Amino acid sequence: MKDIKITVIDREDVKHELDVPTDMNLNLMEVCKSYELPVQGTCGGMALCSTCHCYVLSDHELPEASEDEEDMLDQAFFVEDNSRLGCQLKATPALDGLIVKLAPEAN
Amino acid sequence: MIETDILIIGAGPCGLFTVFEAGLLKLRCHLLDTLPQSGGQLTEIYPKKPIYDIPGYPEVLAGDLVKNLMKQIEPFHPGFTLGERAEVIETLKDGRFKVTTSRNTVIIAPVIAIAGGLGCFEPRKPPIENIADFEDHGVEYIIKDPEFYRGKNIVIAGGGDSALDWSIFLVDVADKVALVHRRKGFRGALDSVEKVKNLADEGRIELITEAQIVGLKGESLGDGKQQLRAVTVKHKSGAETSKLADHFIPLFGLSPKLGPIAEWGLNINKNAIEVDTFDYATNVPGIYAIGDINTYPGKLKLILCGFHEATLMCQSAFKRIHPDKKLSFKYTTVTGIEGLES
Repeated sequence: MKDIKITVIDREDVKHELDVPTDMNLNLMEVCKSYELPVQGTCGGMALCSTCHCYVLSDHELPEASEDEEDMLDQAFFVEDNSRLGCQLKATPALDGLIVKLAPEAN
Repeated sequence: MIETDILIIGAGPCGLFTVFEAGLLKLRCHLLDTLPQSGGQLTEIYPKKPIYDIPGYPEVLAGDLVKNLMKQIEPFHPGFTLGERAEVIETLKDGRFKVTTSRNTVIIAPVIAIAGGLGCFEPRKPPIENIADFEDHGVEYIIKDPEFYRGKNIVIAGGGDSALDWSIFLVDVADKVALVHRRKGFRGALDSVEKVKNLADEGRIELITEAQIVGLKGESLGDGKQQLRAVTVKHKSGAETSKLADHFIPLFGLSPKLGPIAEWGLNINKNAIEVDTFDYATNVPGIYAIGDINTYPGKLKLILCGFHEATLMCQSAFKRIHPDKKLSFKYTTVTGIEGLES
């Protein structure tokens, strides 16, 4: 399978264009960590910590947030309509060209 | 005052298993944790989630793994101090450490094993600029005594069980209860959600959904402190309204913080304690760090790696506690488990 491109805008507004494989069962949180972007992913991807909270800026049709993801967003801050947890977004060909911005870190 | 051989800070899987490995070497342990129960994140965050990478268990629920660990360490009768946080560390003249907790419990041990996982679980604080000025003056993150709110005008924020349950409970205590939540749906137990909706229909709870609290207003008390008088509610439309409140109680769950351990003179790298992989010793002789809280080249935050770290750490701890004794390595299959007296 072919790599896709994902753009991540960090908290200093710096754009990072990432080449992402789609055959490694990666999620966006893991992708960010592998590129050493400032995403903690404290809970390891169980939708239990919100440290991978991001805003989806492109108009991709994404799978709807699960109840678990919505629940965790309830406990997060700076939540907007386009908020998602990176760990719940799987790197699939449908995400080619995705643009996300990392949400501010909460205390 | 409690005296023991190894003070284990953090009663998660790694801390619990330390008791077993120490016990085989006849070392006594005492566990200290900020949470009110043992098990760390496994019990607190994901007790019903399956774990697939514990050797010998094709699948085990996190909560069951903790239960099994508790059973495994039972013969060694560890002490527990739960619901308290390690605050201050001192070194005594005899070289032992003296740790004082948030409730002034004193624990003395020649060896400390920090198995603190992600850190201490503390309430998530909303990112409202001046919220610290109002803490204990109208803003509380934990409800200690519901009577405190009798006859008061309170605003609760959050959408989980604690926000729902406290809203329901405080209806009969407080003068007014408002519940503010960012979306229409709630994640709490179904009957709690139903109850809150009924109370809202009866006009006993003011339910404000698709909204969040973005500001606090009060009267200056001097010293930079303020007494809460009102909160600012921001609605989905972008409109902001002000709402009178004696108390604002944000209930957004818990998140881990390294806490006072960060000030103990240990080498810290990105919220983790640096250790030597020979025995998982920190830069302070006698203090070890094992499990998710430590870092070293190649570190993986896995329970099974934490078990390994705990095992090697105990060998080093033994030599430190009993420098004159010979340590002979034994297999449990050969010797069985010889417990310690309680």
